[in-house]
Amino acid sequence: MNELRRVEPALRAARDAGRKLLVPYVTGGLGDDWCEVVAAVAAAGADAIEVGIPFSDPVMDGPTIQEASMRALDRGATPSSIIAELSEVDAGVPLVVMTYYNIVFRGGHRRIARSLVEHGVAGAIVPDLPLDEFFEWGRAADDAGVETILLAAPTTPDDRLAEICARSHGFVYGVGLMGVTGERTSLAASATTMAKRLKAVTDVPVLIGVGVSTPEQAVEVSAEADGVVVGSALVRRLLDGGGPDAAAEFVGELRSALDGMGTTAP
Amino acid sequence: MAALAEPSPDGRFGEFGGRFIPESLVPACKELEVAFRAAWADPAFHAEYEGLLRDYGGRPTPVTECRRLSERLGVRVLLKREDLAHTGSHKLNNVIGQSLLTRRMGKPRVIAETGAGQHGVATATACALFGLDCVVYMGEVDVERQELNVFRMQLLGAEVIPVSSGSRTLKDAVNEALRDWVANVETTHYCIGSVMGPHPYPWMVREFQRILGEEARTQCRALLDGRDPDFVVACVGGGSNAAGTFAGFADTSARLVGVEAAGGAAIGHGVPGVVHGMKSYLVQDEVGQVNEAHSISAGLDYPGVGPEHSHLSATGRATYVTAGDAEVLDAFQLLSHTEGIIPALESAHGLAWVVRAAGSDDLPSGSTVLLTLSGRGDKDVAQVRDLL
Repeated sequence: MNELRRVEPALRAARDAGRKLLVPYVTGGLGDDWCEVVAAVAAAGADAIEVGIPFSDPVMDGPTIQEASMRALDRGATPSSIIAELSEVDAGVPLVVMTYYNIVFRGGHRRIARSLVEHGVAGAIVPDLPLDEFFEWGRAADDAGVETILLAAPTTPDDRLAEICARSHGFVYGVGLMGVTGERTSLAASATTMAKRLKAVTDVPVLIGVGVSTPEQAVEVSAEADGVVVGSALVRRLLDGGGPDAAAEFVGELRSALDGMGTTAP
Repeated sequence: MAALAEPSPDGRFGEFGGRFIPESLVPACKELEVAFRAAWADPAFHAEYEGLLRDYGGRPTPVTECRRLSERLGVRVLLKREDLAHTGSHKLNNVIGQSLLTRRMGKPRVIAETGAGQHGVATATACALFGLDCVVYMGEVDVERQELNVFRMQLLGAEVIPVSSGSRTLKDAVNEALRDWVANVETTHYCIGSVMGPHPYPWMVREFQRILGEEARTQCRALLDGRDPDFVVACVGGGSNAAGTFAGFADTSARLVGVEAAGGAAIGHGVPGVVHGMKSYLVQDEVGQVNEAHSISAGLDYPGVGPEHSHLSATGRATYVTAGDAEVLDAFQLLSHTEGIIPALESAHGLAWVVRAAGSDDLPSGSTVLLTLSGRGDKDVAQVRDLL
């Protein structure tokens, strides 16, 4: 049985101990062994894990996570089945879910928030719920004790960036480029800029995701950021037939690269 | 809030509307709202917009009295003839407005989604006129059933990108357009084709379509000795022709009726939800996955509806009904036979309800009905031939 572990205290402690943070993303319900993938990824060095609850119309996601979402839905995955199965995983690291707002709205803000906490899930990411529409979910999440991670984008103006950081719990998710999730051959310059801008206004852990696909890119952006979220590059390995071992191997490579940069830092 | 007035500052019509979009797009929606407010308060913008719709678009479109159809149904039917506007539907009203805004914002590229192809053709047309790059997303199913419209868009210089995800219809074309917009928002305007999407789109598109309703009210009063029609009817997919029509009659005593496709009836069969940036009625399952719509009409093959229609339904100012594929095909042929007008399949939904309801308590004999004929049926002729 998974026990609830808070995201922000864990990430702050790791960061303050000199560790770069790694949060892999796994689509919930993708394959029979998806819970084993979560456990394997945790054991391979994740500091927290983001689990996607698939939605029929994922507008922030590129082809890889769209495909994974459709496969999971075709297998009959539902929000409650994913949350329930997740509660059986002994990950040993904090868990957060990522889903789109209609799943939360339809499920009921308070019911979903309570259900997450009861099943040992500490946080939530809702990419189509910007600050301006956040109030109703924010209140339900705060009351239930769910940490909601907000996204900041390269187009976000400075004053709004500070507001987002003030309202974000767990970490701040800096979107590394203008675009949807997916692998890129090189790190966008906007990723480093995003990290610098966020670090200048907040003490909350700053993680960069979207377009961070390789150990090299993770290291490059973590020169400024506290760490990275890696999704499509991991999910593609699962779509290609890889299981817990392949997932752990890739996450292990990311971990080693990030740890290597810690020891060689001046 | 008066019916069909400005939404609240957070883009709400009652409880519906809003701006449920990724953070990356929030600044662009705010920029668009500022640009639209400034333009809509600027007499020079109105003069250019109305001048283009007159000299290029062929406005005003007439209202036609349907004598043989009226005799047959026992109700007096007037048609607002958007089928006679340039590009064959009401869609040009909106895209001329949005193209002028695109130019004001200094963006060189326009993207659009399309279902039946009418909005795609109108967008491609306006982009040719203004010298803007144009990309249109269209579901693979619709590319197949509306192949002539695909060629029309290409002829007008647009790139048409078939969308193979999900149900491969209008809903998925919107998803793909939103993904493009997230990546290219700094150079690109997303020209949404209906009264849907995040604030300010539902309000802005209704305002750009208001011209058809205001013309119709004036024309009806001329035909009806200063009276308004008893019923004002329009088909509803996203709901732009209905919103524009209703805006012209909001402060009259006319009963407003929106007709949804039975296979995509968001208000008829849905519950409130959030997709494509807006809170509105939505056909979805019990956990919030959006259902695929199934309609003979590509333009109404959409599981959502514009948020202002959800509000008009909730307040009772407008009534929403549905029409099924079979009665729509009958209405399509009826108007062709009795009046020599081949309607778009979308518009035939409005007529199908009038035919069914005429003489009942819902539409008593002797009533006067204004029906917006939102587009012409040329694009549907091949599909209908195969279906009959």
